Parts: sequence; structure tokens; C-alpha cells
Amino acid sequence: MSDARRVAVLKGGRSLERQVSLASGTRVEHALERLGHVAIGIDVGPGLVRSLHEAEPDAVFIALHGRDGEDGTVQELLEALGLPYTGPRPAGCAFARDKVLAKHLMLGAGIPTPAFLVFSDTTLKEMGAADALPGIGERLHFPVVVKPACGGSALGVRFAAAPEEVPGALLAALSYDDKVLVERYVHGRELAVSVLGGEALPIVEAVPHDEDFYDFEARYTIGRTSFHCPAELTAEQTAQTLELAVRVAGLLGLTAGCARVDLLLEEGTGALQVLEANAIPGMTETSLTPQAAEAAGIGFDALVARVLDLAR
Amino acid sequence: MSEDRSGASRGEPQRMDAPRAGSAARDLERYAGLFASRTRVMTSSAMRDLMAITERPEVISLAGGLPDTSTFPAETLAAVMARVAADSSARALQYGPTEGMLATRETIARVMAAEGARVDPDEVIVTTGGQQVIDLVCKTLIDPGDVIVAEGPTYPGAVPTFSSYQADVVQIPMDADGMRVDELEETLARLDREGRRPKFIYTVPTFQNPAGVTMSLPRRRRLVEIARERELIVLEDNPYGMLRFEGEPLPTLLELDGGHFVVYAGTFSKILSPGLRLGWAIAPRPVLAKLNLAAQAATLCPSSFTQHFVNAYFQTGHWERYMKELRDLYRGRRDAMLEALATHLPPEATWTRPQGGLFVWATLPDYLDTTDLLALALSHNVAFVPGRAAFLDGRGGSSLRLNFSGSDAESIEEGIRRIGDLVREQVGLFATLTGHATAAGRASERAPGEPQPRTDLADVLALPRRPHDERRRDAR
Repeated sequence: MSDARRVAVLKGGRSLERQVSLASGTRVEHALERLGHVAIGIDVGPGLVRSLHEAEPDAVFIALHGRDGEDGTVQELLEALGLPYTGPRPAGCAFARDKVLAKHLMLGAGIPTPAFLVFSDTTLKEMGAADALPGIGERLHFPVVVKPACGGSALGVRFAAAPEEVPGALLAALSYDDKVLVERYVHGRELAVSVLGGEALPIVEAVPHDEDFYDFEARYTIGRTSFHCPAELTAEQTAQTLELAVRVAGLLGLTAGCARVDLLLEEGTGALQVLEANAIPGMTETSLTPQAAEAAGIGFDALVARVLDLAR
Repeated sequence: MSEDRSGASRGEPQRMDAPRAGSAARDLERYAGLFASRTRVMTSSAMRDLMAITERPEVISLAGGLPDTSTFPAETLAAVMARVAADSSARALQYGPTEGMLATRETIARVMAAEGARVDPDEVIVTTGGQQVIDLVCKTLIDPGDVIVAEGPTYPGAVPTFSSYQADVVQIPMDADGMRVDELEETLARLDREGRRPKFIYTVPTFQNPAGVTMSLPRRRRLVEIARERELIVLEDNPYGMLRFEGEPLPTLLELDGGHFVVYAGTFSKILSPGLRLGWAIAPRPVLAKLNLAAQAATLCPSSFTQHFVNAYFQTGHWERYMKELRDLYRGRRDAMLEALATHLPPEATWTRPQGGLFVWATLPDYLDTTDLLALALSHNVAFVPGRAAFLDGRGGSSLRLNFSGSDAESIEEGIRRIGDLVREQVGLFATLTGHATAAGRASERAPGEPQPRTDLADVLALPRRPHDERRRDAR
């Protein structure tokens, strides 16, 4: 918080989460200004490099979500430009962005994640994978969750309660990505752990009001979801959840900034299951990460300052 | 392009009023407790957020409802503004009467005469766009839980208004002749049996938004009779009536009713400019008096500045010619869209063939969800409005609204081509997933431009009845 720095804040872009990113970015800019820095907001587009040259930033704060911003694309560009930037390095972004890749890595490391099968445009169109669809029930048992491998904010995520609902759900998910995962549905409590510079913040539990699913709209609408932070869990559950989240962040290479790991505490078994990790979690008024930081006594400005300090 | 328009830019003095640091979690709870219960239904949507991408220049947006304001001559604007400045600067900058200036109401009477309706300036109030009329009518008539009867699909922009007054909206199916008045009667009878009395029937009878269809004369007559028999208000929203490209004009409901139960909403948005934010309401006097009081509470008065502009513009006598130019322009764009649809959409798709207005409504096979299709379309830089925006009950999931007034013919053709390719791909993929062959693959065999069979039998009527039923159909 010492010297004033020129910080370019990258936001917007062409991702489907553009609106959320614009909100995150604007909040970050305001925080940077309060911290005494000079914030230069840049809506990412064809003039990005030119804008960065003009801005002559000391560091780049990435407030992009989704495609291009969270998958390593922009990070690779910033590596090429030699500019220090916030958040994970390109590899961490790529691992976290692709849920299939992340799940394979987690399985390899012995981290629990719901059983899944993957279908893609290619296997369906070129290899007759549709003939393998009847096996879903046997392998995963219904209901299943169908989601795009690279998607955010629950866009394109569908339930399929029976085999006949699978084609429609796949078609929806394939609108967002060429690769889709079909996952065993885990009924349980939704937990999110933000990991700031490799250290876990208190657990946030999201409890949607009316939807039976924590969907896109509930996620970004004040008053549609209740958040409990810290989540009411036993000491042992809390410790296990935090430990697991830190392991996931380390495994995927997400310790360079503030990442978020989403988990489920399965009802009945009490088992923890890791769903996914987000390389650049939202910073909007309703986002989980700022709330977790708040519960740890780290205000929004301090959170932004910490993430900026971690920029390399 | 990339420099943020709203945020700080280089060289800009540092803000003195940077917002306080929000303590996110606690503030969230605090605000949530302050919100009125009606805000629970005032929500953003996935669709709305997706639409954020359409502001990017590379996107061909067939999503908006925008007239093409680039056609208005800049020199005319300059001349009219100069005239306003010279003649009435102080008054143009001053507050005005709540009901609007008399000169504006006389101008409106002139526009209504062009619509074929005789209106006394005393029966008119000037509003902030036609949208405000919908809001004022709700404010005046609707208590939480009251029933509004609307078309299905209905104007997407009315949905948040109805929701914010906590209305219970019942939607009546449509076909190529507009609202199914027989279904309306059945619904009204059912509501009667249930002891629920609707307050008003909302309709866009001419070149409906979003369906593009026009209510037939017999149905217009019957609707007005029903309103009288049951003593119900009909809110006739008519932004597009003057944008007729072909066919005989039909009388407005206002004219057929003779001023008993019809409240009429008009606007300068589509016949001059939406930036003016000027519309009007015509209503039976007791209703008009209440609307005027409601308007006073909302805005004190409509903009004097833009009223002066409109009045001065109408004095130039250019308006009729400008309307003709607009009609010619939009007719060409509609033709381009219909031709592109026939060329690029697979045979499973149907669409309406509007005789005027701004919109075509297309319906795809029911296993396609147009909200998901929009995400896919946006990645190919083309946008439309998913049909679900026009329903309050989750229907419309396989339909979409396409605007032809806001883009040139070339962009329309390219935009529809991209959408058509994606739809065909999705139809083919679904066939692969289910193991059923479809006609999609054969689409390309149809000669380009060959008319789609039954296009004028608009498939507005083939809308899924309920999401519930829709799911069951999928389950076959």
C-alpha cells in the first residue's frame, strides 16, 4: 500500500461473463484509487496491446472471467509483453479453466471429485459416441449433471434425471463448449473456499432461496441467495475442507493470486467432493471471494492490495 | 475501442468521490433487508447479462428493437434545434404541464389522424415514451396479485413492468391473426370461476412485438366487445402502426371502441426518434385523470425540450416524407430477412411474415433452447432475443425474436446465415444424440429463396404450452 502504482485493470472482453467482469473490474478500480494507485480500466478488445502501451502500467490487474481472460490466453500475452500481472500463471489458468483436465489431475492426486464421463463434439460426430450414451446410467446412476468443460457461472449446466433427458442437456452444454462432462449428481451443501496466496480464507456456504440449483441468476442477484461465512461446520469438517482446498490450489497452480475452490459436502455420507476451481473468481458485490476475505478481517481494499502485491 | 468508457482513463484527475470500501458480506445482507418485496421479482437474467456482449462492434445484433436513427438528416436536426433556440429557448428549458404542452397534444392528434383515429387534444397526455404508459396504467390499476391478461408472447419490455407491480400475468396464445380471442374468452371465463378479475388486457395488435403478427379486424371488433361486456380496460400499445409496408391499414382498437374501455399508448420512438423519450396516452377521462396524477408523481412533466423539438419538426412538414423513407427502408430490410430465413433455416423452423413493424418471430424444434443458442450465436458474433424473454412462465424456450430495422440488408443476410448454420448444426447433433434422422441435412437441397411452405401461417401457435409439457414431449 506504499507507493502509488499505475495499474491497468483488464475487464469486459468478449466472454459470456462480460457483464460480471465489468462489475468486478469497476469495483477493483475504485479500490485501487482508494489505495492511492492510478487505475486505468481497459475493456479488452482488438486495441488491448495499444492501450497497454499507452497506459504504461507498473502492473496489470486481471478482472476478466471466462474465455480469454481466465484460460491463460491474456496471461500468455502479458508474458510476451513482459508486464507483471495478478493471478495465476498461464498453466494454472488452463488447468482450472478446463474442468475435465482439472478433474483428471485431482483424481491422479487422490483428491475426491464426483465420477464423470466426457463427451465431445468430435467423439459424438466422428466416433459414434452417441451409442455410448445408454451406458451413462450404469456408470454414474441418474440424476446426472451435464456441463460444458469450460464454462463459468453455471451457464449451460443442466440436470438430467433420466436417460431421455440426456440428449437435450448435452445439446445445451455443447452450445458453450465442444467438450462436455456428465457428472454424478452430488446432493449436499455448497461450499466455496477462496485461497489467497496459497492460504485459505474462511469457508462460504451458499444457500439458494428458491431455486433447487445455484444458477446463474441466483448467483448474481442480491437477495436470491444467502451466504453463510464462516460456514457452520464441525471443526473437523472445516479443517478437512480448508486442507483440501489448499491442496487443490497447489495442485493446479493457483497460489499466485486469489483463487476459489468449489466443493460439496455430500448429504448422508458426509464426504467432501471437489467440483472445480476458479482461477479468477468474481469481485462483484455478491461474489463469494470478497465475502470470505471480509470474514477473515480483510476488507475489499485490502484484498485488492494483497492480490496486487502478489502480481509478478 | 478498448479504453473503458466509464472507468478512469489516463490523465483523468483522480476521483474525489471514489465509493467507500464496501464490506461486501455485511452490506449485502443489510441492503437485502431494505429491498421492497417487489424487488424479489425484479431480477437480472442470464439473458440480460449475455446481451452485454452485443454492444461490441463486431457483433451483428438482431436483438435490439432499434429504429435506424441514422436516416434522420443531421441538417434537419440542426435547423429544428436552431429554430427552437431562437423562438422558445427559455420555455424549452423550463418545466411544463404534467399532461404535456397543448402544441404537443395537437401534434399527437395529427399523428393519430394519420393512424385513422380522431382524437381531441384534451383526451391526450404526453408521457416519457410509450413505456411510461405501461408503467402508469399498472400503477393506476394494479394491486399485488391482480391479473393482467397479455399476449403470449408479449412485449419483452413489458415483462419487468408487470413484474415490478407484482401482477399475475396470464398469457393468451396467438396465431397469424394475433391474439386468439376465443382463447381469451375461455380464459376470462375460467378466471371468473376462480374469482380472479383481470384489470386490463395488454395487447400490441399491429405488427406485434415480438411476434410480428397483426390482429384481424373480426378479432379487433370482438375484443372491444368483450371489454365492454366485461367492463375491462384494454391497453392498446401501438408503436408500429404507422410502419405498414403492405396490406390495408386496420382501425385501431381505440377507434373501434369509441373511447369507452380502451387506453391507447402511442410513441414518437419509431416514427421519429426513441432518444426523444416522448410518448402519449389516450384514455377515457376518469382514467386519464388518474394517469395524469400518477405521471406527476413519477416525472412531474415530460421533457419540455424534446416537446419543443417535436412541435417545431412537425411544423416543417417533413414528417410524412420521412415516414415514407422509413417504411421503404424497413420494407427492404424485412424482405432481406425473410429471404435469408428461407435460404438458411432448416425445414424444422417456422417464422412469421410481418406486414410492417420491426420484428420476425421464429420457432425452432422444441428440443432447442434459444438461450443456449444465443450463447453459441454470440461466439459467432450474432445476437437475437431468446423467446423466453417474452413469457413470464418459462415458455418460448425454442423461439427467438429477430429485428430487421436496426441493421442493413447485408448484415441481416450474414447474421441469419450464421444463425441458420448454427441451428442446422444443432439439429444435426440432436439427431446424432438421439439416433433419429431429421430433415436438417436436406435443408441445403432447397433452392435459395424458394418460399418456405406455410410461412404466413406463423408458428406462433405451435409454442410449447408449459415447460412441464415441453419436458414430457422431449421425453418421447
